[in-house]
Order: sequence, then C-alpha cells, then structure tokens
Amino acid sequence: MGIYVEQSPHIQVRHLSTSYGEHIVQQDLNFSVQRGDIFIIMGGSGCGKTTLLRHLIGLKRPLQGEVVINNINFTDAAAEQQRQIKRSMGVLFQSGALFSSMTLAENIALPLKEHTTLSDGEMSDLIAYKLALVGLAGCEELYPAEISGGMQKRAGLARAMALDPEILFFDEPSAGLDPLNSRRLDELILELRENLGTTIVIVSHELASILAIGNNGIFLDAESKTMIASGGPAYLKQHSSDKRVRAFLNRGGD
Amino acid sequence: MLQLTGEWLLQRGIPSIQPLLEQLSDYRSLHFNTQSMGHWDSSLTAFLLQLQRYCLANGVSVNYQGLPSGVQRLLTLAMTTHQRDDPNLNTAPGSLLNQVGESTLNLWYDAPQTLRFIGGSAVALANTVRGRAHFRREDIGLLLQDAGPRALPIVSLISFLVGMILAYMGASQLALFGAEIYIADLVGIGMVREVGALMTAIIIAGRTGASYAAEIGTMQVNEEIDALRTLGISPIEYLVLPRLITLIIMVPLLTLYADLVGILAGMMVAVTAFNISVFEYYVQTLHIMDINHILVGLSKALVYGICIAIAGCLRGIQCGRSAAAVGQATTSAVVTSIIYVVVSASVMTVLYQKLGI
Repeated sequence: MGIYVEQSPHIQVRHLSTSYGEHIVQQDLNFSVQRGDIFIIMGGSGCGKTTLLRHLIGLKRPLQGEVVINNINFTDAAAEQQRQIKRSMGVLFQSGALFSSMTLAENIALPLKEHTTLSDGEMSDLIAYKLALVGLAGCEELYPAEISGGMQKRAGLARAMALDPEILFFDEPSAGLDPLNSRRLDELILELRENLGTTIVIVSHELASILAIGNNGIFLDAESKTMIASGGPAYLKQHSSDKRVRAFLNRGGD
Repeated sequence: MLQLTGEWLLQRGIPSIQPLLEQLSDYRSLHFNTQSMGHWDSSLTAFLLQLQRYCLANGVSVNYQGLPSGVQRLLTLAMTTHQRDDPNLNTAPGSLLNQVGESTLNLWYDAPQTLRFIGGSAVALANTVRGRAHFRREDIGLLLQDAGPRALPIVSLISFLVGMILAYMGASQLALFGAEIYIADLVGIGMVREVGALMTAIIIAGRTGASYAAEIGTMQVNEEIDALRTLGISPIEYLVLPRLITLIIMVPLLTLYADLVGILAGMMVAVTAFNISVFEYYVQTLHIMDINHILVGLSKALVYGICIAIAGCLRGIQCGRSAAAVGQATTSAVVTSIIYVVVSASVMTVLYQKLGI
C-alpha cells in the first residue's frame, strides 16, 4: 500500500477555439499539461501555434472553451485572480520583448517591483543572480539595443524567471539563435525543470530541440484547424498514426 | 523547333514574348535547340516560364530535352505549386463597394474600442488620484521635459507669427474706423480665448502626439505591450497614464506661454506699424483682460491635451505588427488628434458663447 497523491494537471485546456482577428485559427483543442512537463506545441508555419500561446497566457480571450490553470478557470477568473495566476507565469516572447527604454536591470526589476515588496538592495542581488543564471553576469546597466539578439533573448528569459514562475512559456526560443546558443538554451530549460520543477510550454518548429527536450506535446494542423496528434515528440516521430506528423518530425523523410 | 542563341543575361533585359507567341499559334509541339547559346541566367528561365504557361494554356506540347539540364530543373522547380501557408489569406483588395463597406465596418468596430480605451484611461486617472496607479515616477519627469521645455522654440515661433497676423488683419479693418487701439482687445481676447490654445494643441499633436503613437506602436511591434500584460501590468496605467498626465499639465502651461508671446507680437505690430505706444497697448490689454477669458482658454487647453494624449496613445496601442503599421499609426494619431481638437474646440466655443462666459 502506498500513499497516492492525485496530481491534477497544471494546465488544462477544454474545447478551446482560438481566433486571429475574425477568422478561427484552431477549434476544439483539448489537452492537459502535467506539472514538470516540457510541453511542445508543434506544427507548421501559420497553423496558429503562437496564437494558441497567446490564448494560454491570457493575452486573448478564446472564442469558446476555457483554460484552467491550477484548477482555477483562468479564462473566466476575476481580474484580481487573473493577476495572481499571471504572477505564477513567465513568458519569453519571440523577440525577447525587452523594454527598450530601460536597462536590463530595470527590465528585470519591473515585475519584482510590481509583485513584491523587496528592498532595492535585495532586488539588485536578485537581478544579479538571474542575469548570471542566463550567462549575462555584469550586464545590468546595458540597454537592450546594445546587446546581440541572442543576449536579448537570454535577458528576456531572466525577466520571465524573475518571480520564480511555476510555468514558463516560450515562443520560438531557438529562432534567431545560432546552434550553440540554441543548445545552451535547451540545457537551461532542462535545468530549470530539474531544479525548480517548473512546467514548461514551448512553441517551436525547431526539430532538434523539440526532440531533445520535449516529453509531451500536441501537433496543430492548419488545414483541419485542430490538433491532429498529442504525445511526446520522440514517440510521435516513430509511432504517430498520422502521416503529416511523421513527415514533419522526420523532415519529410519517413 | 525554337532556336535560342546568344547570351541571355539580365542586364540586357528579357525579350518580349509576344512576337513569338503570334508565330507559335500554328504549332502543336515545341522543341528547343540551344547549340549556339552562350551564358544564361534568370532572364532565360523567366522567359521560358512565360512560354511554358502559354503552351500549357493552349495545348502545345513542349519537349525540354534541348535545354541545358540546369534550366530544365529550375523550370520544374518553378512550376511546382507550393502549398500556401494559410488558405484564408486573401490580400487582394475587393471592389470599391467592398472597400467602402469594410471601412464603414472598421469605423463601427473602432468606436467601442475607443470608448473602452477612454473609459480605461479615466479609471486609471482616478486610481492615480487615489494613489494606486503603477507607473514609474521618473518616466513622468522625462515626458514632461520632452513635451514642455523642448517644445518652447516652435511654440514661440508659431504663436509670435499668429499674433502678428491677428494684429495686422484686425488693424487694417479697425483703421477704417480710426479704432487702432482695439488691436489690443482683438489680439488679447483672440489669443487668450481661442487661438493660443488651438495653435499649441496643433503643434503638440504633430510633435508629441505623433511621438507617443510611434513609441507605443514600436513597443507593440516589439511585443513589449504583450510583455507588460503578462507581467500583470496594465499598459493603460503604465504607458498611457503618464502621457495623459503630462499633456494635462503641459498643454495649459504652453498655452499660457503662447498667449503671452502672441500678445507681445500684437504689441510689436501696433507699436511699429500703427503708432500706438507700448503703455497704451499695455493698459488697453489689461483693461479688457478678464480672468474668465484666461480660464476659458485654459479649460480648452486642458481638453485639447486630453484629446491629443488619448488619440496618440490609442493609435499606438492599436498599431499592427510591422514597420508600415507604425507609420500608419503615427499618421492616424495626428489626424485623429487634430479632428478631436477641432471638434471639441467648436463645441466648447459654442457652449461658452451660449453660457455667456
């Protein structure tokens, strides 16, 4: 006899329809992300991966369906509750989305100031630590325009991690990174999952990194406007019953 | 048999296919001979692609054997139809009627968005008064400096010239009645009640309103606004509010300054061209100047400031995600703020007249 702790999924998506402008991009999406998953949203260009991500992080209201985070209905939650949930999420945008009028330190300080009551000294310690974590120690006073695209992305990650989020969302983390930096980012993502138990949701079509780090995921299709497969990318690559999924994960060769 | 000869290079242009097509109509099949052809580049393949399209459409069979193998492969590649990423993507503009309909619908959809935005700004402003809004205090300082002192030269220039124009225009009429001394009244009341605020507003719309739209629009392109939202920070509080407060403070102050410069310009005209002494002009101005006139002017300036800040920030936040969209947002911000300003100016002028203020 053991003690069973029933763990509910960290993120649950039920009957979600996503839209871009007026037209529906994806409909009737159902999936759940477990705690500590590295969950990959896969699919070809233009199938609505980023749009789905924007629905998951509450930037857009779904046409239908709901997103449930930590058993709380994120979609219909009151403003204050939504704020609480957002506090537990970190997002790394495709371009890094650093505030260009602020230094890196100020960028990372912004969420801290907004959600904590740390003193200035504590804050700068924390900022130094977060920057060091992404390999940018000593870059506090630089402006985003003064550093390379790869560094901007890492600084964006430092900001996303500022509040030790339970869930980290990544939009195309490897886009614009050279293979080595891309690999380092993958390793960093794995470290975060191992050491902090962070749940990670990644939108990507970068095969190497999808297969290397993803343990669960869904595959979106532009034509049928819904998900056509779900499961670990490595498993899908071999065993998916759908030809389109296998073709994608094997770069066209089957 | 089609004989292709010579060099096929882009810098020599692509030969027209029309004369060939006219001859071609008699043939049912086409072969190529390229024995005496020299170097070739995209000009050849572009030419052949046209030819191939024609042949396909007219049932002429084409035999590619005579072409260099590189050309054959490029043609095959070009004729392979790639699947479009998004079947819903329809970029072709519709008919005129269609476009009119779409613009009207856009106007219709834009209205609630604008109202929501204004409502959100009002709530944020109320939060500030209660001391609960979140924005960086240091932002306000920079914004104030940029909207105020840095605008002084252009405001000086414009209001000086407008004051002069007012004085000249009025004086030439008043001189008919020998009433040149009333230049002081005309310029004083004109500047303080109407023109000072209006000119300042138009300058600020073009200068500061446009820069707000461009700045916030670029932040939209760069996903910075999304980042703010995901950090749980309201873009309205964080970005719009400081700008709104800035213009609420700065437009009235600049208006006061513009009034003063305009009156001085009027005085200069009166003194130099119409033989009125500085003292006379001063006394006459003081005599007609009433605190009500100043308050009317300032209240207008306040409303204009709000209009410009709202229009600039709204267009910035509505900005699309491309460089062209930032340009459109900026243009639209200036146009929208000038419309808001002029419409509110007319409404207020009529209103104050009816109220007898």
